[in-house]
Amino acid sequence: MKLLTHNMLTSHVKGVTKGYPLLIKATEVKVNEVDFNPQFVSRMIPKLEWSALVQALGQRQDLPGELVADYEKDDEFLKKVHRVLLEVEVVEGCLQCPESGREFPISRGIPNMLLNEDEV
Amino acid sequence: MAATNSRSRLQYLLHLAQDNLDFRLPEITALLALRGKPFQPGENFREKCPFWCLDGLSEEDVRGIMARSVCAKSAFELWGHGQTHSELRTSLLNYPAERMSPFMQKDSSYRINVYTFNKTLEFADRIKRIDAMVYLPFEGTVSLKSPEHVFCLLEDYGTDPNNIPEHPNYIYFGRWIADGQRELIRSHSVKNRHFIGNTSMDAGLSFIMANHAKVKKDDLVFDPFVGTGSLLVACSQFGAYVCGADIDYNTIHGRGRSSRKNQKWRGPDENIRANLRQYGTEDMYLDVMVSDASKPAWRKAALFDAIITDPPYGIRESTRRTGSHKDITKPPDGIYAESHISVSQAYHLSDIFTDLLNFSAHQLVVGGRLVYWLPVYRPEYCEEMIPLHPCLRLTSNCEQTLSSHTSRRLITMEKIKEPEELDSMAHVADPCFRPYEGHNAFREKYFSGVNKRCGKQDNKSETAESADTL
Repeated sequence: MKLLTHNMLTSHVKGVTKGYPLLIKATEVKVNEVDFNPQFVSRMIPKLEWSALVQALGQRQDLPGELVADYEKDDEFLKKVHRVLLEVEVVEGCLQCPESGREFPISRGIPNMLLNEDEV
Repeated sequence: MAATNSRSRLQYLLHLAQDNLDFRLPEITALLALRGKPFQPGENFREKCPFWCLDGLSEEDVRGIMARSVCAKSAFELWGHGQTHSELRTSLLNYPAERMSPFMQKDSSYRINVYTFNKTLEFADRIKRIDAMVYLPFEGTVSLKSPEHVFCLLEDYGTDPNNIPEHPNYIYFGRWIADGQRELIRSHSVKNRHFIGNTSMDAGLSFIMANHAKVKKDDLVFDPFVGTGSLLVACSQFGAYVCGADIDYNTIHGRGRSSRKNQKWRGPDENIRANLRQYGTEDMYLDVMVSDASKPAWRKAALFDAIITDPPYGIRESTRRTGSHKDITKPPDGIYAESHISVSQAYHLSDIFTDLLNFSAHQLVVGGRLVYWLPVYRPEYCEEMIPLHPCLRLTSNCEQTLSSHTSRRLITMEKIKEPEELDSMAHVADPCFRPYEGHNAFREKYFSGVNKRCGKQDNKSETAESADTL
């Protein structure tokens, strides 16, 4: 699971009102090189929840807490965002709902967002 | 003659493949819309004809369309046309010399092709056709192998193979501009694809769907019933970043029984990502996940530029979602093991479409498109059956016949506004929509007695085809 996907996912357990952002509990993370595409990154930035992205990085603070102005022209900045959004992948671990504590497992890089019959 | 009054502007001729007839106009219109151009047909436009004249375009527009189209075979700058060879001659001699001369210079090389539709010409006859063009001031040298300029004489002998006229109904002559992307149908055939399933979408139709969806470079595309990812393969080929979801854990993880003949189990690296890698578009892969389309886990925001999907109809894949009819007993605290298998229940077709439209209304960007297949029991079909939503405008609806009594329709909708409180429900409560209510309602009709009443031979060929596509 890439962090771009994480930024767009929320907990959908019945009754949960604050299911975003999901907490990442990773046991295996890898970095996969992906071609840098500044146009795509610039297009995605307005769709992101910036604070959730910064929070997802935790200790490894590569990104500024606030979105920089004129980011479309800032290639260095876009490269950092590119790396975070598309190259970092959670291979094993889980996503945890911040309200209910429900964990959604990630295995072989694929999150399982299925709910159980009592959660829908 | 028609040709003389259109001389003031350039006209382009499209030669289209004579299959998937219904899908061609929406494809070309969508590709033109990507370039901000309207579809402006010339006089006497007939949709079912293999040749279309288009007005109001530049050569660059035409190249742009051909770089994407799987319905169009070739495009030409139209120099002349007519019902007979003498009409063509008059038309060509009226074509401004200054528009021809750049391509007929002494130091250039060229060749002339002869193409006939619905008739095969003998080699000698083709040469005669070319020799007859001497009235054009060609000054370059002929090069059959690597000409700088290619010209084409196209003769249309109608569309009825049982009634081929002696003389063509219509003749065109033009300068070849570009070929379409028919090659993608072969290069991306599911026959040679690494990871496939029972319902993998045919390559040609996948590309047509991506075109109807106006998928473009740097888009974000989502398929909520992703299966083996055929639609993602097509979208990534056009430069879009792709993601998908499916309720089937085995499919998403590429496990379980293989759909291939002579192979019992899927190999270790059979998955959607490997499919993209096979075609060199792994960089466009975002993620796939195990998820139920009726309970999407996406944060509610306009995230996707296109949603493109082939929902299960219950014929070759079951329709299901998580949930239970039984009294729910809560499992012991905290035990949600990876191995837990949720109880699934029937997912009515009508609910699938309501959910899909509501989801798209929320998650698409304004101007973004939803493209999906709707199964149809033909004796009962009426246009009112197409589910509607106040935020989505129906842009096209094309039929692909599957058998004498069933077909599926490729529905394309464009998001026109953000949903408000009142817009939250898709308008599918219409009594006409009843065919999709009840689990397996379509499945029952699909396998209904209509089949048996049809001629036996007829029946055989049709079931073979439908098995292929559903």
